Amino acid sequence: MSLKVLVGVKRVIDYAVKIRVRPDKLGVVTDGVKHSMNPFDEIAIEEAVRLKEKKIAKEVIAVSCGPAQAQETIRTALAMGADRGIHVEVPAKEMEKLEPLHVSKILAKLVEKEGGDLLIVGKQAIDDDTNATAQMTASLLNWPQATFASEIKKTDGELEVTREIDGGLESIKVKLPAVVSADLRLNEPRYATLPNIMKAKKKKIQKMKPGDLSVDVTPHLEVVEVLDPPVREAGIKVDDVEGLVTKLKEAGRI
Amino acid sequence: MFVAALITKQVRHAATGRRILQGFQRQSDRNKVGTVAVRSFITSVDPSHGLTEEQIAIQQLAIDFARNEMMPNMAMWDEKEMFPVETMRAAANLGFGAIYAQEEFGGTGLSRLDASLIFEALSQGCTSTTAYISIHNMCAWMIDTFGNESQREKWIPLLAGMEKFASYCLTEPGSGSDAVSLSTSAKRDGDDLILNGSKAFISGGGDTDVYLVMCRTGSAGPKGISCVLVEKGTPGLHFGKKEKKVGWNSQPTRMVIFEDCRVPATNIIGKEGQGFNIAMKGLNGGRINIASCSLGAAQASLQAAIDHVKVRKQFGKPLASFQNSQFRLAEMATELVASRLLVRNAARALDNDDLDTVPLCSMAKYYATEKCFNIINEALQLHGGYGYLKDYSVQQYLRDTRVHMILEGTNEVMRLLIARKVLSD
Repeated sequence: MSLKVLVGVKRVIDYAVKIRVRPDKLGVVTDGVKHSMNPFDEIAIEEAVRLKEKKIAKEVIAVSCGPAQAQETIRTALAMGADRGIHVEVPAKEMEKLEPLHVSKILAKLVEKEGGDLLIVGKQAIDDDTNATAQMTASLLNWPQATFASEIKKTDGELEVTREIDGGLESIKVKLPAVVSADLRLNEPRYATLPNIMKAKKKKIQKMKPGDLSVDVTPHLEVVEVLDPPVREAGIKVDDVEGLVTKLKEAGRI
Repeated sequence: MFVAALITKQVRHAATGRRILQGFQRQSDRNKVGTVAVRSFITSVDPSHGLTEEQIAIQQLAIDFARNEMMPNMAMWDEKEMFPVETMRAAANLGFGAIYAQEEFGGTGLSRLDASLIFEALSQGCTSTTAYISIHNMCAWMIDTFGNESQREKWIPLLAGMEKFASYCLTEPGSGSDAVSLSTSAKRDGDDLILNGSKAFISGGGDTDVYLVMCRTGSAGPKGISCVLVEKGTPGLHFGKKEKKVGWNSQPTRMVIFEDCRVPATNIIGKEGQGFNIAMKGLNGGRINIASCSLGAAQASLQAAIDHVKVRKQFGKPLASFQNSQFRLAEMATELVASRLLVRNAARALDNDDLDTVPLCSMAKYYATEKCFNIINEALQLHGGYGYLKDYSVQQYLRDTRVHMILEGTNEVMRLLIARKVLSD
């Protein structure tokens, strides 16, 4: 059974950028700021490409929602080994307000349309950290989910997934089709090679709009305020353990 | 909250942060409501400004490789004088070994402009190592362009993957700028050539496998010179001691000595008497590459200086608030953009076989290597005492780029070449 795999990739502000809050305090500065593929999505693409190399997957489709620049992110996925891309066009202003539920609806519709057997996404995006898309997409599709995957093995008609959870590692079996979200230690993404970057130019990226999938992207959430984390305050030194315990009690911590 | 700190070192993005200059907008990122985002071709302080999507992808690959695989090691390679064979092979596996050689026998088939972007990016990771990689690329191109089918078939696959490393041998103890007066001789003996003489300051010498040797097969003058490929291990091929240098310490530099060194005459690359022409054509590109290495080092140093002056305080204020610091940084940024324009222009000229290629490559080389060295020097000054410590990388960029004004044709020879063009009209 050769799987058709879809992978969701998101274009986010590069992890190394020094983030600045916008003067209107409703978001962060994105204009002129370096963006790149969400690191967890790189891991997701890498895993899908490895499945193809192991002949478990027959096709890897990279999907991204966003403005025109999202195509750069899809090209990166193609250069890493994805076969083709789908760009769901969402203009920049709407992108700011796009919620995980919208993305989940879009992904669910696409998976059905394409006849996908497996959807892999990064566990969370490093800009909003919501960690919700995989779970909601699975729910909309009524598919099993295996989140925070650190290892994926294929057995007959099923996936055996090791999950990183608070208590340690958990191993579960999910029937296909399924949704998986990629965690940090699932793999180490490859560098695209120059020849693959050149080949990626020729791979197809299909364009569509949320409306083409009958998905309404009207926002349900309103950002009230975005603030910098509070400036770190000075600490105090204590003389001994008794002093420490007293201070902690005074602060209501214990 | 927008927090990017979740990724630990275990993801391949190491903790050495990628640098971008804020405040200089990427035209391609602007999305005006109601208008189509137009791709601009403007060069600016951010090296990715004005590039096509594919060029940005190529550049990003080189930036990532430099940041993850080279930058964490550059100080150690310099201090321990290590030739980082494994890292260079990893780079070659991505296609960086024979960037502008044709795809037919394993080259990557990209343009000189693409190569310039790559070397500029890699140079931020380690200027010395990148400079060697560019020399290796130059040799691969020479064989690919002037070699016959069997030579190309044999050597390009090995050089593209850096299974074998190459060195370019033109300079001699008695002939540097006066390259034409070289005296290493190659006398016919049946089907062989017997080489006698010595080459000086050879990058990679002693550690590399393949030597492209410009030697005299005919009479005096440029037309008596041929380009001969000599493999390491050939009897009669010896090496001098490893030179102790101010910089470029991640590549060994040695004299290459020929004592009755016998090689088959089929090792001549191109035609007999074509050697000087091949050497000079190789150097046109080599000059763009070295200038690109200077650009990368200057970019890294400029960014380091910017970061430093924002943080360092004296007289109750960050250094960035003093007009002197601001003026210096403005001048440095301007020289960087001017240098970059000249280098990319020369790369385009070479790609298009423009009539002015030689003077344009010469201009790019002398201007960029000089201005970038000054940028790095100023950046060191802006660091104050810290700039002089080996804990900070500015001093390594300074030491590594100093020699760029000397090799691949001194900046004085570059002026001769430009003057020739200027006075000929």
